[in-house]
Amino acid sequence: MNTTNLIPMYAEVFLLIAASAILLIDMFLDEGKRAITYMLTLATLVGAAVFSFSDYSSGSTVYAFSNMFLNDPMGNLLKLFSYLTMAMTLVYARQYSTDRGMLGGNLGGEFYVLALFSLLGQNVMISANNFLTIYLGLELMSLSLYALVALRRDNARATEAAMKYFILGALASGFLLYGMSMLYGATGTLDISEVARKLGTGTVDKSILIFGLVFVVAGLAFKLGAVPFHMWVPDVYQGSPTGVTLLLGGAPKLATFAICVRLLVEGMLPMAFDWQQMLMILAVLSLAIGNLTAIAQTNLKRMLAYSTIAQMGFVLLGLLAGVVGHDTANAAAAYSSAMYYSITYVMTTVGSFGMIMVLARSGFEAEEIDDFKGLAKRSPAYAALMSVLMFSLAGVPPMMGFAAKFAVLQSVLATGAVWLTVFAVMFSLVGAFYYIRIVKVMWFDEASDNTPLVVHGDKGLVLALNGVAVVVLGMIPGPLLNACMSAMSKTLAS
Amino acid sequence: MQSTTNLSTYLSLSIWVPIIFGLIVLAVGRDSRAGMVRVLSLVGSLVSLLPTIPLITHFNTEAHGMQFVEKAPWIERFNIFYSLGIDGLSMWFIPLTAFITVIVVISAWEVITERVAQYMGAFLMLSGLMIGVFSATDGLLFYFFFEATLIPMYIIIGVWGGANRIYAAFKFFLYTFFGSLLTLVAIIYLYNKSGSWDILAWHQLPLSMKEQTLIFFAFFMAFAVKVPMFPVHTWLPDVHVEAPTGGSAVLAAIMLKLGAYGFLRFSLPIAPDASREYAWFIIGLSLIAVIYIGLVALVQKDMKKLVAYSSIAHMGFVTLGFFMFNDMSVQGGIVQMVSHGFISGAMFLCIGVLYDRMHSRQIADYGGVVNKMPKFAALFILFSMANCGLPATSGFVGEFMVILGAVKFNFVTGIAAATALIFGAAYSLWMAKRVIFGAITNPHVEELTDVNNREFLMLGILAIAVLVMGLYPAPFTDVMQVSVADLLAHVAQTKLPVVAH
Repeated sequence: MNTTNLIPMYAEVFLLIAASAILLIDMFLDEGKRAITYMLTLATLVGAAVFSFSDYSSGSTVYAFSNMFLNDPMGNLLKLFSYLTMAMTLVYARQYSTDRGMLGGNLGGEFYVLALFSLLGQNVMISANNFLTIYLGLELMSLSLYALVALRRDNARATEAAMKYFILGALASGFLLYGMSMLYGATGTLDISEVARKLGTGTVDKSILIFGLVFVVAGLAFKLGAVPFHMWVPDVYQGSPTGVTLLLGGAPKLATFAICVRLLVEGMLPMAFDWQQMLMILAVLSLAIGNLTAIAQTNLKRMLAYSTIAQMGFVLLGLLAGVVGHDTANAAAAYSSAMYYSITYVMTTVGSFGMIMVLARSGFEAEEIDDFKGLAKRSPAYAALMSVLMFSLAGVPPMMGFAAKFAVLQSVLATGAVWLTVFAVMFSLVGAFYYIRIVKVMWFDEASDNTPLVVHGDKGLVLALNGVAVVVLGMIPGPLLNACMSAMSKTLAS
Repeated sequence: MQSTTNLSTYLSLSIWVPIIFGLIVLAVGRDSRAGMVRVLSLVGSLVSLLPTIPLITHFNTEAHGMQFVEKAPWIERFNIFYSLGIDGLSMWFIPLTAFITVIVVISAWEVITERVAQYMGAFLMLSGLMIGVFSATDGLLFYFFFEATLIPMYIIIGVWGGANRIYAAFKFFLYTFFGSLLTLVAIIYLYNKSGSWDILAWHQLPLSMKEQTLIFFAFFMAFAVKVPMFPVHTWLPDVHVEAPTGGSAVLAAIMLKLGAYGFLRFSLPIAPDASREYAWFIIGLSLIAVIYIGLVALVQKDMKKLVAYSSIAHMGFVTLGFFMFNDMSVQGGIVQMVSHGFISGAMFLCIGVLYDRMHSRQIADYGGVVNKMPKFAALFILFSMANCGLPATSGFVGEFMVILGAVKFNFVTGIAAATALIFGAAYSLWMAKRVIFGAITNPHVEELTDVNNREFLMLGILAIAVLVMGLYPAPFTDVMQVSVADLLAHVAQTKLPVVAH
């Protein structure tokens, strides 16, 4: 094992250098040339994707920095989708952020640079093999996001959201760190593989472990936004500028999923029985409270926030289905279904918030559900697109969301938990109600606003591709399911 | 990917041709070129009808098992195949679906003036999806099509429906989604147990009584809602009243059959022991449907509601037939499904014809229509007669077979089922009398004009279908004989695992 092998982290090194370079270059650009910053940022994402893709296609797992960092197929697949999500977010958010003055002034390039730094943090989280690396990545991501939320300094709601996000985020990090310290105390190591080995010997004091585990799970639940640690999600989603909501509700979910796998599965698989029970409570509560509360919302961003909570319930369902008794035969299938679910969720959510930004104009947010009234008359194509995304979130075939729900339910049912599965599908029914209500608003209601919809070229094209991808990946889910499955199997085997 | 014969692409064509035409219509359609959209849709529906014809002509009535089989890997991770096939149970529904779609396109010709392309496109895609349901032999593929039909129907009801359309659209979506989610759990369970999605393999899978019972009721929830059976029928009248004419016709003619077909393909053969054990339950609900709902239909003031309740009663005959487990009754049930497809479709189209002129569905607003619309009156009376099962119409064949089967099964059941015919006659003919005959009391009726060529064409074709099927039902019953016999032989055997003593 290498001590200072840089090759596995070329993507991260590249991101760091590029982000710093863009920060400097942007200093010398005046406001009219911000397009250059934008292009450079997208180019950076493409560059990073090339590195991660070549690592992914080699299919091997490589450790670096005394095992603090690892580069494996699961991580690379998640990174690739993070880049994609980030790129889509930036495309969707460009006009929106410009209209709101977030890209103006001398420091307007910060938006892109902070986004890249948060992405770097996510990459570090995804590739972490050490408690400290996880924390390092998490804080890099979170601090960038706190700043992004607060980017509209003159907006009271955004400032309030930033404050809330910062305080609760810091609390969550504290939880996680405290839990990790307990685990360190019990096992004497910060290295995740080493922790797993120690636990396997069965000589570790279980009471301290469980104590630490509770805090770790609570910290992760905070980051995922699972009930009862979900309070920040609706306020922050609603308060942040929509482009930033997407930066913190999109790609970071993939990174959070990755650290769940790193900590719980790779680190503490022998204690699966204990953490699965905790996840079960979180999942059941998230499904119930997320879906029921979403019904009552009139603000679309807030509704999508509650829907996120419910969707995270499904991810947790996949994560808790890995181990039955001491049998790990189902593990790769279950965790890969949760991974597939996360990717699906992110792809769909990015599009939904993208639609909100398409409808928004200078001085008008389009974030109330009523703002979508009669969209089918104003623009049938965009109404159809949003309908595809909503049906996907509801889990109706032939959309991608169905394949994801199906994969998770299959692995949960394979554990024999029939009633948990029935519970989950019944709350999907509740969920269907508020998703199809959006479809209803767009197609069945009369428009309150008849301004023709103006959509700028690149954004419209990317959104269309986003919608087509949700349908096509729903009709042909095989390749991505297989990719998740093989990546997860390799990660579990290493 | 292996194709056994060159016949094997007709099912795929039947599914995908209308869907692709639907997408084309959606893509090119603007209300400013509505005429072109109508022609294109008609061409699309006619072209979609073509590949279903060889299914009739090349169908081997002697053969056991599936015909026109297609199989290709779809989602290898879960061993899911894109596999299609039809047997005697499903064969007729595919041409029926494509045929009704043609009629629906014709029926919408001048009636739908707003968002024409979306209306036509939705129906074309719906047609392909429903054919997919009837021809899928892979459990997940079936579910995929079964659920996907909700999307176009939801939009159709919500956009072109009546005043209370939004309530109806939600009720439709959520009721059916509820049932099918439980079915999803059941089919995933079957996959986890068998490692296969092949419905025919599930037929052979041994299951304990407890498993069969749970699976039976999970399927029951989906299919009973779709049929719909008492007491989960309440969505249907609401939806029918609000849906546009074409929506009502497709809903009654085809969509309800998806549920009944599900009983034949899933419930009976996969959980035969539970099916026999709980047959009394289904028979009881079916009898309630035919008698009680028949009485409810009698007192309706709204024509569409009346026909909707009559649909529930007729579908009660279908489920009644299925769960008496004899050749006559099961065949009768399937014949009834096909025949009801023609008749209910025609009834809704007739009401649509009246509604387009008067903008009222209230029976009380009519009376003496025969004086102004003689051609229409003749057709309307024919369909009403067929609806109450007059011999020489298709309605008679199915009901008569089910009643014969019921008498064979249990005399009291037979009597109860036969009573329903009286109610059927009562509500159908009473409505016909109040609408068509009598003196003209409403001045608006004075202004009615008779059916135009387009309306005459669509109703005429349906009238011919109803009469042909009533006079010469042999082609319909011949097709299903072997499959029904196989099904019954299969259901008669227990699937319970052998317990070692």
